[in-house]
Amino acid sequence: MTEIFRNICLWVDDRLHVSKLFAATAGHHVPKSSGSWFYVFGSMTLLCFMIQVVTGTLLAFVYVPSGSQAYETLMYLSFQQPLGWYLRGLHFWGSNFMVGIMCLHMTQVFLFGAYKYPREVTWISGCILMIITLGLAFTGQVMRFDEDAYWGLGIGAAIMGRVPFIGEQLVHLMLGGPIISSDTLSRFFSLHVFILPGSLIALVSLHLRMVLTKGINEYPKPGQLVRKETYEKEYAAIIKKEGVPFFPKAISKDLVASAVLIFVVMFCAAYFGPKMPNGLADPTQIDTLPRPDFYFLWIFAVAALLPDYTETFILLVSGPVILTILFALPFINATGEKSWRRRPVAVMTVIVIYVVLGILTYLGHTSPWSPHMDAWSSVPTERSRVVNRTPLELQGLVLLQNKQCRNCHAIDGIGGHRGPDLMDVGARLNAPQLTRQIVQGGGNMPAYGNKLVPYEIDALVAYMVSLRPPGVPAARMSTVPGVPPKQTIDSAVLPEAHKGR
Amino acid sequence: MSDSSNQPEKCACEGAPKANRRDFLLKVGFGLNALAGAMIGIPIIGYALSSFVQKYPLKKISLGPVSKFPEGTTRLASYHNPYSRKWDGDTAEIPCWVRHIEAEKFQVFAINCTHLGCPVRWFEESKLFMCPCHGGVYYQDGAHASGPPPRRLYDYECWVEDGELFLKGGILPTLADPKV
Repeated sequence: MTEIFRNICLWVDDRLHVSKLFAATAGHHVPKSSGSWFYVFGSMTLLCFMIQVVTGTLLAFVYVPSGSQAYETLMYLSFQQPLGWYLRGLHFWGSNFMVGIMCLHMTQVFLFGAYKYPREVTWISGCILMIITLGLAFTGQVMRFDEDAYWGLGIGAAIMGRVPFIGEQLVHLMLGGPIISSDTLSRFFSLHVFILPGSLIALVSLHLRMVLTKGINEYPKPGQLVRKETYEKEYAAIIKKEGVPFFPKAISKDLVASAVLIFVVMFCAAYFGPKMPNGLADPTQIDTLPRPDFYFLWIFAVAALLPDYTETFILLVSGPVILTILFALPFINATGEKSWRRRPVAVMTVIVIYVVLGILTYLGHTSPWSPHMDAWSSVPTERSRVVNRTPLELQGLVLLQNKQCRNCHAIDGIGGHRGPDLMDVGARLNAPQLTRQIVQGGGNMPAYGNKLVPYEIDALVAYMVSLRPPGVPAARMSTVPGVPPKQTIDSAVLPEAHKGR
Repeated sequence: MSDSSNQPEKCACEGAPKANRRDFLLKVGFGLNALAGAMIGIPIIGYALSSFVQKYPLKKISLGPVSKFPEGTTRLASYHNPYSRKWDGDTAEIPCWVRHIEAEKFQVFAINCTHLGCPVRWFEESKLFMCPCHGGVYYQDGAHASGPPPRRLYDYECWVEDGELFLKGGILPTLADPKV
């Protein structure tokens, strides 16, 4: 019986050359030092992609990429289709981990100098893989055809519309028509399930092929410099001296990491579940706060924080510039030190990039520049900001609330953060300054001059002068030093005077 | 493969003309494939890029009777996208802000912020449009008030005809094509 089985195996191997293929790929020799925990991120990213392919294919059994039905089918998938919620969870968390681990992989490769001679093509194909992965992430969040997806497409179109000369045509190409519609969803579906994954598979093949032809990077030793004349000989010597077959001698850490990854993705999918679509992609429901998924929050933040006049230029030019730098890196910095221990600039670059992206993501998450749309009708005013005010000041308080001032201005941290907190505004600005600011606006504040009648402005100013910390006098006119302006005699000092009660 | 196929050619006494015929066939093969590739490829590229070259002229759309918009108010209205398909679902309804100034004087603004296209919201009390994304603010007449937007709100061309408000629309306004 075993003899028959053996013969069948030998026959298959003879016809398909399985063992030769295996020896040339999984069995290829790698430096023993590359069997390191730092070398597991590439295979983990690939594993994430496999999870995405399997779960994505299965989700497409049910999902209908149509403007009228995408949302319904998502709801059906999440609540009625047996295990639909779980597969959506795996797909959602698989995508998060794919983006995250890809970044770790890229960081490791950069810090270990693996992009240097002769692995330029490996690095460049990796950079393109990164773009495709981010493309998959963006098109994927469009599949969740909800209000964020709808307005996210609007943001994409608005950026395209800034391209000179062919902006209009690019917008129509992206949207598949003159406006965001079902055609837009269909073409993003096609990108998400055919074009981008297909390109990704092709490039992963090239990426892995390069690992076989040029070898995986040896664990860099400080002081061991890369020279174009000698490197390939040195690498051959390393393989000869301490080369081990990838399988079974160097794969064990990849295997452990892969299993852990699957456990973690399963856990997140089962425990946290998938990200549910928020409101319908109904543009007439304008009561919305469009936000991208977390990996694009930093771009969202950049769009808010750039000075206006640089915006179009930076939005359009920064992408190509970053790509040029990435593509040129292995040629500019082809030789020399590989170990991060002797490359302070590389380490600093990584730290700066992570800190910048981290801060921008945090800012994108909190988005202090967005008006707090409901603050005027929903946030409370602290008791101490109300008591002991004159009728005029109380009128001002009501106006401050009703005229939506608090959508942008917090008091004691409650409200919008677009403009400065008004908790101590009476100590910073005097009455004429406040009046000028309200009437004329400026410094990123709209002018309210023709929206308020004079008595309303008086009331607002009177209330704002009273907003200051206990014991702090009202701001004075700098032009008349020493002479207390009229308004310091008003009731603004009262809260403090009555503090003892 | 190449070795074995070259062998008989070298041995054959009439090798030269045979090789020529092969060369000729190879060239014909390449040529035919280039022609076929172009013939199959050009329409495919044309299909893929059709929305890139196609023109989308603005269409005349009714927003309903003027009485829906009392004088002195700014109200949200919506119209059915003239380019919509049956399967567009909710996305076929396009919102816009209608400001009735007086008598037959109207202003109709696109919902999209001119910064990055998010939907602006009208605040009657302070007479401002505010954007929830990056904090763009506009005055009631659509002029830029504060924040990052590079220009005023996009205006629809609108007019009153027999007590009905009409506008010209159908495309998503962007900086490249600000007429809606």
